Amino acid sequence: MADQNTTSESDKAYWAANVRTIAVILVIWAVCSFGFGILLRPMLEGIKIGGTDLGFWFAQQGSIITFLILIFVYAWRMNNLDRQYGVEEE
Amino acid sequence: MDQFTLNLIFVGVTFALYIGIALWARAGSTSEFYAAGRGVHPILNGMATGADWMSAASFLSMAGIIAFGGYETSAYLMGWTGGYVLLAMLLAPYLRKFGKFTVPEFIGDRFYSQTARTVAVICLIVASVTYVIGQMKGVGVAFSGFLNMSYSGGLWLGAAIVAMYAVLGGMKGITYTQVAQYVVLITAYTIPAIFISLQLTGNPIPALGLFSDTNSGAPLLEQLNQVVQDLGFKSYTAQSGSTFNMFLFTLSLMIGTAGLPHVIVRFFTVPRVSDARWSAGWALVFIALLYLTAPAVGAMARLNFINTIYPNGLQGESLKIDEQPGWMLNWERTGLLAIEDKNNDGHITYSANGEANEVVKLDRDIMVLANPEIANLPSWVIALVVAGGLAAALSTAAGLLMAISSAVSHDLIKGIINPGISEKNELLAARISMLVSILIATWLGLNPPGFAAQTVALAFGLAAASIFPALMMGIFSKRINNKGAVAGMLSGLIVTLVYIFLHKGWFFVPGTNSFDDADPLLGPIKSTSFGAVGALVNFVVAYVVSNATEDTPEEIKALVESVRVPRGAGGAVDH
Repeated sequence: MADQNTTSESDKAYWAANVRTIAVILVIWAVCSFGFGILLRPMLEGIKIGGTDLGFWFAQQGSIITFLILIFVYAWRMNNLDRQYGVEEE
Repeated sequence: MDQFTLNLIFVGVTFALYIGIALWARAGSTSEFYAAGRGVHPILNGMATGADWMSAASFLSMAGIIAFGGYETSAYLMGWTGGYVLLAMLLAPYLRKFGKFTVPEFIGDRFYSQTARTVAVICLIVASVTYVIGQMKGVGVAFSGFLNMSYSGGLWLGAAIVAMYAVLGGMKGITYTQVAQYVVLITAYTIPAIFISLQLTGNPIPALGLFSDTNSGAPLLEQLNQVVQDLGFKSYTAQSGSTFNMFLFTLSLMIGTAGLPHVIVRFFTVPRVSDARWSAGWALVFIALLYLTAPAVGAMARLNFINTIYPNGLQGESLKIDEQPGWMLNWERTGLLAIEDKNNDGHITYSANGEANEVVKLDRDIMVLANPEIANLPSWVIALVVAGGLAAALSTAAGLLMAISSAVSHDLIKGIINPGISEKNELLAARISMLVSILIATWLGLNPPGFAAQTVALAFGLAAASIFPALMMGIFSKRINNKGAVAGMLSGLIVTLVYIFLHKGWFFVPGTNSFDDADPLLGPIKSTSFGAVGALVNFVVAYVVSNATEDTPEEIKALVESVRVPRGAGGAVDH
């Protein structure tokens, strides 16, 4: 750990931006799985798809597709933040 | 060529391939043995993580459980994929930046305490051994089915092969072998699913076939709902059990995913911090290929199974006892399927009514293996599935045994008991701990606490309650100190373990349980779902104890700040 004493204001701002990103993504993550797939399923019952309803689709497939998108969005966004705050690796 | 010879050829060729790769990439130094020298590309690492991750539970067991459990078992699908989001954002990049080899190493350094490191080793071993029990169940089912032997015979044979295989290579051998295993297992899972989806719905993509119309014109799921309800079972797509339990179960599997050491160490092997994030994404891509197909496999297998018993429709004549297809007779020989002609009418009755039902035993873990035979697919497809199932079980068992052995030899023996141990003796200790874990897991696997996926779910609960909270608080809070972390991990582990033992038997010994999951101790919370509660206990205890005791030292605050930024990650640091 060569740089452990060099934490600057910019590193703190980088961390705050990271935490904000995580918070937003976690909300979407929870709404699409725990929400649409489980707790809010009764509200989606009217939307029919392939012999069942949208909640069932979210529970079995939609949530997984959402997770995939979320991870790649996070990785892409963090790469940008790394450069913006100058904390990327050599 | 008969089916047995064909199975033997497919299994033989794939095994020769894995062992060849393991020998070719044989681990030379301890650093290669644990972490493959950090030279693995994110896409390859993603595939290897996929193979590591998708075990007998995902491959053999999950679709069968979905087939008979319907909507509620979606918890497995969401739980075992959603955890990757947590892993990518909350753990992987920071642990890679930290730059050591094992999970207990991070916990020991961050909480500046050998006690914390020892407790982490204990948590890791408890969760991993439970996980290996589930794998051994799958290995036993696969070997007994393909060699036409009893379940226990298949289990011991499988254990011998797993032992040989895991002791031979280290992480490096395993990483490249696991890429090969991923390719075998995903091909083996997808091809029969495509055939079956084409047969039933005409759609070549099983994930879409699930929501398509069958050849009779009605949607597949509607038709399935109709027949299962006519037989007296609960509707396939409707919610029937407790919503709260399903919520907790999903959460527990998600947190557990992010807390399982054999998956986390994968992210120690990528070259850079940013690669750790991409690797989590790639891993989920390769995992999703199977997980999007699995619900289709489950629903279609259930429908095909019912159609096998009732070839002329539910009102028509059912299957005659002495006209059973070969696959039924084969599985009856293993003891995992049992048919009993209770009313002596020469026909098989399948029904939710326990007294009339003549399919008296149907182990759900056989469904994926039997699926291609149920659908009358060509024999090479069947052989491929056997090879794929073994690849899945073997790769995960090997990854878990690696995690256990490095925790024992690197963290416990080298880190705490005898820091002066030679590299040779460290490797020897690693291999001995692998063998001991295999023996324990196999012995417990003779009477597993559930189907493969359910046993594995218990392991996730344990990881969720013990390891994940400690890692997350270690990164996201500077205030959690040594005492808080130790108290948190211990209380999370103990409450979860006790809750599981109360329902599944003490130390999983059958018959020693005071409750069961049909009527759990705490309202609707089943033992498989308790990990989420255990995690909450861990967080609360760690927070309270930390705030009641002294603050963390300055150098630990600096360490936390340093793992939060990628800059200066560099290579691995051994000590």
